[in-house]
Amino acid sequence: MSTNTTTAAAGTREWRSRFPTVNYLNADYGIWSWLLTKDHKRIAILYLISVTFFFAIGGAYAAAIRMELLTPLGDLMQSHTYNKVFTHHGIMMVFFFLIPSIPATLGNFLVPLMIGAKDLAFPKINLLSWYVYMVGGVLTFAALLFGGVDTGWTFYVPYSTNFSNTYVTLAGLGIFINGFSSILTGLNFIVTVHTMRAPGMTWFRLPLFIWSHYATSLVMILGTPVVAITILLLALERVAHVGIFDPALGGDPVLFQHMFWFYSHPAVYIMVLPGMGVISELVATHTRKPVFGYSFVAFSSLAIAVFGFLVWGHHLFVSSQSVYAGLIFSLISFVVAIPSAVKVFNWTATMYKGSISYDTPMLYVFAFIGLFTIGGMTGLFLAALGFDIHVHDTYFVVAHFHYVMVGGQVMAYLGALHNWWPKMTGRMYPEGWARFAALVIFVGFNLTFFPQFLLGYMGMPRRYHAYPVGEPVWQVLHVMSTGGASLLGIGLLIPAIYFIWSMRYGRFAPANPWPGTGLEWRTPSPPPTENFAVTPVVTWEAYEYRPIEEMQVIGPGAPDQPVGGQHPANRGADTEER
Amino acid sequence: MQSIPIPNINLPVPFAPEQASTFAPHVDALYVYLVTLTAFFTLGISAAIIFFAVKYRRRQHGELPRPIAGSMVLELTWTIIPLLISMTIFVWGASIFFKAYRAPNQAMEIYVVGKQWMWKFQHQTGQREINELHVPVGARVKLTMTTEDVIHSFYVPAFRIKQDVVPGRYLQTWFEATKPGKYYLFCAEYCGTNHSGMTGYVYVMEPAAYQQWLAGGTGSESAASQGQKLFQQRGCASCHQVEPGGQQGRGPTLYGIFGHTQQIEGGATVTVDEAYIRESILNPQAKIALGFQNIMPTFQGQLSEEQILQLVAYVRSLAPAGQGGAAPGAQTTVGPTTGGIPPQQQRMNPVGPTGERQGSPAPQAPPAGNTGNANRQQ
Repeated sequence: MSTNTTTAAAGTREWRSRFPTVNYLNADYGIWSWLLTKDHKRIAILYLISVTFFFAIGGAYAAAIRMELLTPLGDLMQSHTYNKVFTHHGIMMVFFFLIPSIPATLGNFLVPLMIGAKDLAFPKINLLSWYVYMVGGVLTFAALLFGGVDTGWTFYVPYSTNFSNTYVTLAGLGIFINGFSSILTGLNFIVTVHTMRAPGMTWFRLPLFIWSHYATSLVMILGTPVVAITILLLALERVAHVGIFDPALGGDPVLFQHMFWFYSHPAVYIMVLPGMGVISELVATHTRKPVFGYSFVAFSSLAIAVFGFLVWGHHLFVSSQSVYAGLIFSLISFVVAIPSAVKVFNWTATMYKGSISYDTPMLYVFAFIGLFTIGGMTGLFLAALGFDIHVHDTYFVVAHFHYVMVGGQVMAYLGALHNWWPKMTGRMYPEGWARFAALVIFVGFNLTFFPQFLLGYMGMPRRYHAYPVGEPVWQVLHVMSTGGASLLGIGLLIPAIYFIWSMRYGRFAPANPWPGTGLEWRTPSPPPTENFAVTPVVTWEAYEYRPIEEMQVIGPGAPDQPVGGQHPANRGADTEER
Repeated sequence: MQSIPIPNINLPVPFAPEQASTFAPHVDALYVYLVTLTAFFTLGISAAIIFFAVKYRRRQHGELPRPIAGSMVLELTWTIIPLLISMTIFVWGASIFFKAYRAPNQAMEIYVVGKQWMWKFQHQTGQREINELHVPVGARVKLTMTTEDVIHSFYVPAFRIKQDVVPGRYLQTWFEATKPGKYYLFCAEYCGTNHSGMTGYVYVMEPAAYQQWLAGGTGSESAASQGQKLFQQRGCASCHQVEPGGQQGRGPTLYGIFGHTQQIEGGATVTVDEAYIRESILNPQAKIALGFQNIMPTFQGQLSEEQILQLVAYVRSLAPAGQGGAAPGAQTTVGPTTGGIPPQQQRMNPVGPTGERQGSPAPQAPPAGNTGNANRQQ
């Protein structure tokens, strides 16, 4: 036990009294202890840093888009440049931020902690998945830097195969490689949840975060290979003209769209399902109540994962798909909306007669439910065949998926970061600043994307570098959107600053600051490398709130941990251990 | 689809483009319904959240509310009611979709070719336009569309119609403009560098003005007549008879073939439509007419999409009187009673929304409207 940092400062005394002497952050030092770590918590931190990096790049491209659209004429950059900018924004955000964000950072950190395991089932594969992600990310980023890609993140053929004179193959290779990282993470989660749950942690005692990550992992494993094959075929077509997609060689360009969306629609659920899991945790923790209708929320995640594979054709309503196929896809798209609605109603009902805190994570829950409702409802607009004809490929679609992705997934991600930041770093974030930032982000977000619904219905197509000068209302809406984006950008910078600040200056976090019921709160903050001093035995239901003084760290009390409120249910196990 | 009444809204909807086609009021009515639903649910849930957040705010540090596990009745309620509501949207949306994609049997036909980065239009009467399309108000206009290069998408917000244009296929859409004016035409599918420049206007004109516009054309030949020239130049005539009753050449006689059902090698049958003619020109061995040799060379790469469309128009014109539309080379003459539609075109160009057939030729060809669906099912 190291006591090498002793000084007379009060802070250190507090540190000693609250922290276990050795935790996963100070267990080992040096760059290699991070780059070669097999600890899921350290890998989560590696992911957190890299995901934030790619998010910042994607955000910079978004800023460039919003600047250009301030005026109707394409006067800031050339069309070719603009096309690259929105392509880069999409590729970075979708493949390197949205898909890995929650599963690879918070999922990696929390899945073993929440089920009472020491690590994921395959720690080395977990590390490998980060390296694969970085190789894919760096390759793609290199493609963007060296010359860029101008196909849109959707890579539609034959433009991407026979016409685009940009770095399509290299970027595709990066995305292809990145896909393996998703598959490895998904595989790891599924095996871990099946085999490594603590004694007593039955399936229906699992936190809903685990259920949603399980559903996400299924989609990752089943869907990602399809996009890998699609990108491989795209590269083959581009390099060798094999004729799978090129009509001049007997191919079918619409086949590409089917294959692409067969993955990319379920990928939407890869992005939002973990966010839904986060909201379930947050709403329980910050109302101190079990999630209303636990099993409905749990099974709705699986329903979304299954039905999510059957709706890809709603991206092809005007792509020459058969009318009858369109009908079926439309019908199933309405069906897949129901489990999401069930979740929203259950979260709302959880608040009924709760003890609702206004801590920052809960503010993000409020934001998520409101914005996700709008995002989901506008999904119904687009699933309605006759309506989609008009708004397909317009700003209405852009607004819709940003309400789901930013209003949903990013809000959940931010809420999750605030909620588990004390656990991850052992420090509290500054609550006042965090509430302020949440408000700025909420206002900025709505100001950015709400006008885009109106623009879309008025007929403004997406991916337009310039728009008609004779439509002053369009410009007013675009100016509002750009103003909102500036506010959103500032709002996102504030947490970036105070999170970094808090790692050195933040208040020390107790093991269970909110308090929450999950096993991750029953180990010190930050947790030791092995997560739990003794293997916890679970005798309580999910989200079962005991009197708060009973929800203490599990395990034999180390000298530096508060030991008073050891959970009575574990006394037997502890004695055995001793 | 006239049997299903689709709700209309004829009031101006805020933040909507002008309503300039028969679809627009349908789409706007659905929009109003959807916005109302969204407002109801979003405001309802937000109100519930705000109410709970205030009423049940945490008052003491250590308070612990009584747990509530759930309620089967509530779960079923908020599963079934949203499902029923979403089914109303589904049916409503699908009925508009059917109307939009079931092209009418009789319509004024215009060929459209998308090309990086322009829209080319070819009227049956010979007028050609780039990035501008002139159509009379109140007439059904059917567009048969393809592209020379990448995927484009034909989008007129004021008409609430959109159809992707896919290389290698003929796709159709139609509209009936209801209000004279100048409306945006956009390419809605990203198609490369100058995608946002691939725009134009649709001019919807009063019948009289449309006549004037037609008459002011630069003496252009009809599409079929241009196709006839190509037919001679490319040597098609050496194998394909075009006169009725003549002896079969080495290839099938084309007279009267359009719209009929053709038996092909292997026992299947195919309706001779635009897509089949195009395929037979570019890929002749794909579906060989029964009893003929596989001897026709491919014209892949030798004809532009516009030339193929001219050949299609020519073959189409080789129909028995009253069925095939304009005779090749016929000049545009306009009768005032037909509201701007040349008399030769009357079968294809009904003016009124009812669109009754002019005359009743004996062997009725399958309606051309089927071609759209046949294409779609490929």
